[in-house]
Amino acid sequence: MALSGRALVLDEPLSLWGGVDPATGEIIDAHHPQRGANVAGRVLVMPAARGSSSSASVLAEAVRAGTAPVAILLAEPDLILAIGAAVAEELYGVRVPVVVLRPEELAAIANGEPYEVKMA
Amino acid sequence: MRLVVRAAEVTGADELIDISGAHVDSCLYHGEASLDFVDRLVDGGARTVVPTTLNVGGVDLLHPELYRGDPRVAERSRLLMDRYRALGARPTFTCAPYQLADARPNLGEQVAWGESNAIAFCNSVLGARTNRYGDFIDVAAAIVGRVPYAGLHRTDERRARMVLRLADDIPVPLRDSDVLFPLLGIVVGRRAGSTVAAVEGLPPGQSEDRLKALGAAAASSGSVAMFHVVGSTPEAATLEDALQGREPDAVEVITPAELRAVREELTTAAGDALGAVSLGTPHASAAQLARYATLLNGRRISPGLQLLVSAGRDVLAEAAEHARALETAGATLLTDTCSYIAPILRPTQGAVMTDSAKWAYYAPGNIGASVIFASTDECIESAVAGRVVQDEAPWR
Repeated sequence: MALSGRALVLDEPLSLWGGVDPATGEIIDAHHPQRGANVAGRVLVMPAARGSSSSASVLAEAVRAGTAPVAILLAEPDLILAIGAAVAEELYGVRVPVVVLRPEELAAIANGEPYEVKMA
Repeated sequence: MRLVVRAAEVTGADELIDISGAHVDSCLYHGEASLDFVDRLVDGGARTVVPTTLNVGGVDLLHPELYRGDPRVAERSRLLMDRYRALGARPTFTCAPYQLADARPNLGEQVAWGESNAIAFCNSVLGARTNRYGDFIDVAAAIVGRVPYAGLHRTDERRARMVLRLADDIPVPLRDSDVLFPLLGIVVGRRAGSTVAAVEGLPPGQSEDRLKALGAAAASSGSVAMFHVVGSTPEAATLEDALQGREPDAVEVITPAELRAVREELTTAAGDALGAVSLGTPHASAAQLARYATLLNGRRISPGLQLLVSAGRDVLAEAAEHARALETAGATLLTDTCSYIAPILRPTQGAVMTDSAKWAYYAPGNIGASVIFASTDECIESAVAGRVVQDEAPWR
């Protein structure tokens, strides 16, 4: 099985809580360079997650509302997003893989290009 | 238990350890997913097995009349807060549980805390041990009573890998002022990300409230779960202690120019019109409430301007005399939630002034406020004057 979507490559780490409106999927962090972009249906690519411990809830709520990214690719493990994804799968049966890649693999992904995540 | 095991997989731990307490952030409503999750726990008969405090929720249960938003969201927020009480957690509803004498873990104690500022304070200032637990896993840990033995639960992971040194040419008035600490926190978060950093170059024995401001800001601009301030935090009596006798991976200098730039960046308001002043993010301590009352010194705030002071319900009860003085001056006291989370501010054309870098960081996105970042003294003077009063002395 595989999930695919167009990559949304963020220039800076994003906190989903305070950073994304789960009702729409829009990036609302006033200090983020990609404010106004929408994460819904995209493969979200960022070096690391940032900030609030509420991001797990925002991810689960975005899954419920249908505004979540199809996958999240990071350069380091993030417990908060991994747990948010696990709860969303448990409650709603939707998988949003949170995948850790090597930094050079992450850097090779271009914004807007199609990306496929293969799942076991 | 499935979530705790999943957490062990993600963190690479091969064993679980017992915890002596938890602080749960999941009681803040983020949509129906928040209720769907806790309903699953309540329906399964789950109970917390360790003393558990609750973070802020979406409404102020003691002052419900302050809520200006969608009544349905208020009702769902209240329901969620009730559900977490039903699991056995204590209804503290504060982001600063470390201010409650009977909920403060001791040096070396293993706990599971949520809420980014509380996590940073717990590790850095108390020397108790928690990882960056987010929503769901915080309450899962409180129910299971165990967490994966990984990350900041382990002594070796607590050593500073980075040294951030304050430049020698930071003006002395700035080095000695409260306003330095939130700004420094923003810089630490940006430079360190999730790395444990040691801040060097501050006079020893910095107050808990200053370290709180530093940590809250660092956990907003970065994923900081622990920092050391040499001479002030318990695992950093010396720089060598913070580094656990090893070499840092990086040593960087923080310049006055960088602090000035952050100060300017946190102010998003274009004009000088002032509509409100917000203090107490994270929730004010008893010492801070006393300080606000002292700075007001019997003066009333300007008519038409809203001065919001957020504090935990227990701290407010403990500092009742100062709370009354603030109310007499015309301030609005807020408990159980925060003014950048819940729709509390009166509609205003003017900007909102705050002494909190965390508030300044999140309010523009969360509630659409335009922000003026300032020192606590400037905030109080501006609230009295009804216009922006700034003191450039620390910046000369």
